[in-house]
Amino acid sequence: MAQERLYLYPVWLRLWHLINALLCLILIITGISMQLSTPSVVLVGFNTAVTIHNIAGIILTINYLLFFIGNLFTYNGKHYQIEFRGLIKRLITQVKYYTFGIFKGETPPFPITRENKFNPLQRFSYVFIMYLFVPIVFITGWALLYPITIPTTLIGTSGLHLTDLLHIIAGYIISIFMVIHIYFCTIGKSPLSNFKSMIDGYHEPH
Amino acid sequence: MREIYIRPSWLVIMLILFTVIVFAFDYSAEPLKYEDTGQNNQIAPEEQAIDLTQFPNSEENQKCFKCHGQSKYSYENTEQGRMVNEQMYSELIISPNDFYLSNHRSFKCLDCHSEEYENFPHAGILRMEYQYTCMDCHEGDEIYEKYHFEDINSEYKKSVHAEKLSEEFTCWTCHNPHTYKINARTNENIRETIIYDNTICLDCHSNYRRFQVLTDRERPNLITSHGWLPNQELHIASVRCIECHTEKTSDSALVEHNVLPKEKAVRNCKECHSTNPRLLASLYQYEAQELRSHEGFFQGITTSDSMVIGANRNYLLNIISLLLFAGVIAGIAFHSVLRIIKK
Ligand code: HEM
Repeated sequence: MAQERLYLYPVWLRLWHLINALLCLILIITGISMQLSTPSVVLVGFNTAVTIHNIAGIILTINYLLFFIGNLFTYNGKHYQIEFRGLIKRLITQVKYYTFGIFKGETPPFPITRENKFNPLQRFSYVFIMYLFVPIVFITGWALLYPITIPTTLIGTSGLHLTDLLHIIAGYIISIFMVIHIYFCTIGKSPLSNFKSMIDGYHEPH
Repeated sequence: MREIYIRPSWLVIMLILFTVIVFAFDYSAEPLKYEDTGQNNQIAPEEQAIDLTQFPNSEENQKCFKCHGQSKYSYENTEQGRMVNEQMYSELIISPNDFYLSNHRSFKCLDCHSEEYENFPHAGILRMEYQYTCMDCHEGDEIYEKYHFEDINSEYKKSVHAEKLSEEFTCWTCHNPHTYKINARTNENIRETIIYDNTICLDCHSNYRRFQVLTDRERPNLITSHGWLPNQELHIASVRCIECHTEKTSDSALVEHNVLPKEKAVRNCKECHSTNPRLLASLYQYEAQELRSHEGFFQGITTSDSMVIGANRNYLLNIISLLLFAGVIAGIAFHSVLRIIKK
């Protein structure tokens, strides 16, 4: 049964994901170069970095709508619903597999099916990133684009710096996610097969 | 068994709603009027109910304040034998409240002004009276050493104010001796300090009536001349004019007095939005040190080192983030090596 190729990644999703990945890379590079800018050393010129970062952020938000609406109205959204009962247990099982089982050649505890394309860790982290941190990043990002709208003081400190801090922490978490995400995508039939899936839409079974 | 699912889309909608609600409230203080000719930018004097009779020279000074303390004064016209009410020129009004909150509150008016002023009408020749400057009293005085009056004076002498303007421009032009109150050193609210300091500049630079006394030049429109600056309004409320229009040359004075020609003003974003911002070298350095010494952890993270967008140089957060990143990379390396070996 697990031998057939599964069509798991519809065109709109692959399109969203490609744009999203490229934009995230751009945002991370320009973001870091603004963060670490000094008057003398130039990674990307400050003004250029600001402009690129702003434009990329705006496109990212529009692109996010594609993801959001797509998941709201198509079957793909099912994969992002978290069932709380037994969640911790499932997460632990998956962690155990990644820390021990995988090296002993065990089969994955949650085989990929049409109804369940993510393992518990994937589901959990994708939901957290896509429905919490990415929204935090673009909401605070838009606020920083119009800083005059930000309340001067929030919970006793400068609203601007609080917004900035949230933006940077969320951006940092997304960057860390991206590194881990890409690494875990190499765990497939072959190290490259998952990346191929994200191009042609078909999942190669183990 | 019924399964409990949560639809994550709600989370996004709630986040957006939450932001809208937080942003809908206006918590900000009265914004600084930036380009507003004719109107003075004075911050409202503190409405502190002070007992005006408690000061050493209250009684003496009251003789002057009787007329100069408000906008109306009365005297008897002896020629016509009737009482006259007249309006006091706004420039000659000294609010007793402001005076007694100021640094010079223990003075007698007649300490600096001629005793002849006790007579009314004041003699015309009194207009020619010598006006003391800061240096007349404060120069070489040990008590005032920490304020570095001498440095301020020599820095001021190099400024465009001293070079381009007539002798009309004195310390008093910015620091009215009647109301001057030391601010940056005593005020913990950085925003108030910024407004206080910028108000000093705007008093002339956004007020043609005062500006024209000092020069025949046309007053430049500040909004146009700062047109290149993004988020102008926010910059004006969060940064002192002198931050870009002076150069920090010494650590002695908290406020630089060498105001540079406009061509030399800072125009490079990175001067502030960088890992070594000039802002941190001046006012903010002082404030940040103060804050760090008596504010909690949260306050420390959100304010002290992250004064400027793009320069969130929070030491603790930097270390944590680097360690975390290194940990992730190490974990990935370890995992992939094991994967290759155990294959
Ligand atoms: C160059 C960077 C990236 C590469 C090479 C990459 C690669 C992949 C691959 C191979 C998959 C399919 C495997 C799977 O379903 O788990 C995938 C899925 C996914 N990726 Fe990425 N990714 C990148 C960046 C990102 C970023 C920046 C985000 C989010 C901020 C992201 C979010 C997702 C999500 C949510 C899925 C699941 C999509 C679905 O099937 O509904 N990816 N990625």
